[in-house]
Amino acid sequence: MRSASLRFALIYSLVFGLSAIALAGILWFSTLSLLQRQAERSISDMLTVLMDANQKGGLPQLESAIRYRLTGLADPEIIIVLRDPAGRIITGNLDQWPGGLTQDGVWYQLPVSRGWAHSTALLETATLPGGLRLLVGRDLTAAAELRVVLRDGLILAASLMTALGILGAIFVRSLFRRAIRDISVTTAAISQGDINRRVAISGVGDEFDELAVTINDMLERIARLMDGVRHVSNAIAHDLRTPVTRARARLEDAALHATTREEMQAAIDRATAELDGIVAVFEALLRISEIEAGSRRAAFTPFDLAPVLQDLDELYRAVAEDKDLVLNTRIAGPLPILGDRELIQQAVVNLLDNAIKFSPPLTMILFKARLSDGVVQIIIADHGPGIAEEDRARATERFFRAEAARNTAGSGLGLALVAAVAQLHNGTLHLQDNHPGLRAVISIPAHVDG
Amino acid sequence: MRILVVEDDKDVASFVVKGLREAGHTAEHADNGRDGLFLAASENFDAIILDRMLPGGIDGLRLLETLRGQDNTTPVLFLSALGQVDDRVKGLKAGGDDYLTKPFAFAELLARVETLTRRGKSDGPATRLQVGDLEMDLLSRTVRRGTQKIDLQPREFRLLEYLMRHAGQVVTRTMLLEGVWDYHFDPQTNVIDVHISRLRQKIDKPFETPLLHTVRNAGYMLRTEEA
Repeated sequence: MRSASLRFALIYSLVFGLSAIALAGILWFSTLSLLQRQAERSISDMLTVLMDANQKGGLPQLESAIRYRLTGLADPEIIIVLRDPAGRIITGNLDQWPGGLTQDGVWYQLPVSRGWAHSTALLETATLPGGLRLLVGRDLTAAAELRVVLRDGLILAASLMTALGILGAIFVRSLFRRAIRDISVTTAAISQGDINRRVAISGVGDEFDELAVTINDMLERIARLMDGVRHVSNAIAHDLRTPVTRARARLEDAALHATTREEMQAAIDRATAELDGIVAVFEALLRISEIEAGSRRAAFTPFDLAPVLQDLDELYRAVAEDKDLVLNTRIAGPLPILGDRELIQQAVVNLLDNAIKFSPPLTMILFKARLSDGVVQIIIADHGPGIAEEDRARATERFFRAEAARNTAGSGLGLALVAAVAQLHNGTLHLQDNHPGLRAVISIPAHVDG
Repeated sequence: MRILVVEDDKDVASFVVKGLREAGHTAEHADNGRDGLFLAASENFDAIILDRMLPGGIDGLRLLETLRGQDNTTPVLFLSALGQVDDRVKGLKAGGDDYLTKPFAFAELLARVETLTRRGKSDGPATRLQVGDLEMDLLSRTVRRGTQKIDLQPREFRLLEYLMRHAGQVVTRTMLLEGVWDYHFDPQTNVIDVHISRLRQKIDKPFETPLLHTVRNAGYMLRTEEA
């Protein structure tokens, strides 16, 4: 039973076999009951005819009617016996009155003998005026023979069906195995390291195709993630080499050339700052992967985003003014969402940080939030250098830094975190051209109560 | 103050102990959970700096839970390399009073430990705070310096309140961000500096002696000149 295909085949043949048996059974019982009913009806009819004859012409007419029924071309299965009140047989085709016929109008099935032949018959009696008793019946030999024929036929049919069922099961099993084999061959190859293998799709569009498509999609995603990991490790190695090199150079330079305590102190301070920068990069990376792992969804709570954004506006308004920027804030509450307050704060902070960092003095930064069509939108737009169209798709990758941002401080992780936060909330981050500048739009589905 | 440092990394431990002693505190050190628990339970400390991952069968969380189980309320600051939000929540739930992620700046650690030890001493909810000639009435929410009334925005009021409650202590930018704004992350921009300088405009600029001082490489401190 360890083989699923065998299990399916067995279930198939079992179902097939059971339905064959059921079919044969129904056929068997309905045929038999039809025969029985026919026999009963012909006996009742005969009894009625004979009693009519007795009523119309008395005993002589009855006797001639009986004789007429029993001679010549009459049905050989018919049994008719007439006896007088004393029990002597007046006429009929049985050697003696069968014992046990006590009641009229009741069906009896008794052994009878007609000269040479012994058989079973279906019998019914009626008592005529004057104490005469009339017996009408049918010999069941032919019916019994028919039963044997029917039984043999049904057994043959059932055996044929069983054979067909087994053949079908074998066929089902091989079909199943073939469909599974493709998948297992592919997945085995992948676990051996050949990540580019895909499951063949038959094109029929059946469930196995659906499964194959799903598996291929999954493999596609795994490959993409692996690419991402590879890209990130390369980027980490590359991006951290620079600050580590600088910190190392500072320290070595100080060790070799510093002549005063102050020079030494300054070199150590700068190296410490470089190291803090590296730590910040690591923390951002860990944060992003924590977000992408999705575990924080468990802590989602419903809350109104509007006051949260107003607090951020208050925090950043001063900073913007300090840099001669105008923060144009338009927050239309309430903005009900289901999410992680802290993560959204951090995402918005990253966008505001960016906007302030890249805005030339005396420009305006738009900070807008609204609810429209069941979606909460947070828009932060600046008039800085923006992101070139060809770079926009890649701007949310870890460590991506646009040409214009190369010479500013930053880790290249800010937008990656924003995108990860948006995605965690089933939302999106869109980067658009603000003519000039960058317009970042976070869209998150609004939370509806109930 | 008497501070217990439970930390298995020799370099980090000696750095912390040395720093605490330089700052005028007495520091004891245990390099595993068992010894740490023994010291913490048998002697009196004003604060405990506790690593989460410790050798010796008892990790930081277990140690703290055991300690709290014995009704020991010594303030505890977790110092841990486990920096995810869940780790932080776990540490605070176990009875920790503060949580600092490695790597850390010593100034941040010192400021936070000193805040912890003060926290225990405040007696009841104060209605008035005073630093030099700067007075804050928490009921009427008014601030005056000398005879002059100072108008503050609600957030400026909370910022000043936090500084006044920690008068004479170094308060770091991260502490302000957490204590005043309830934000648990570091913005790249120096938002706190901007808000401090605005507050300074209001409470210090018009007066002769400054109260709000910048502490290099650490943060800020509200204190009178003679303190």
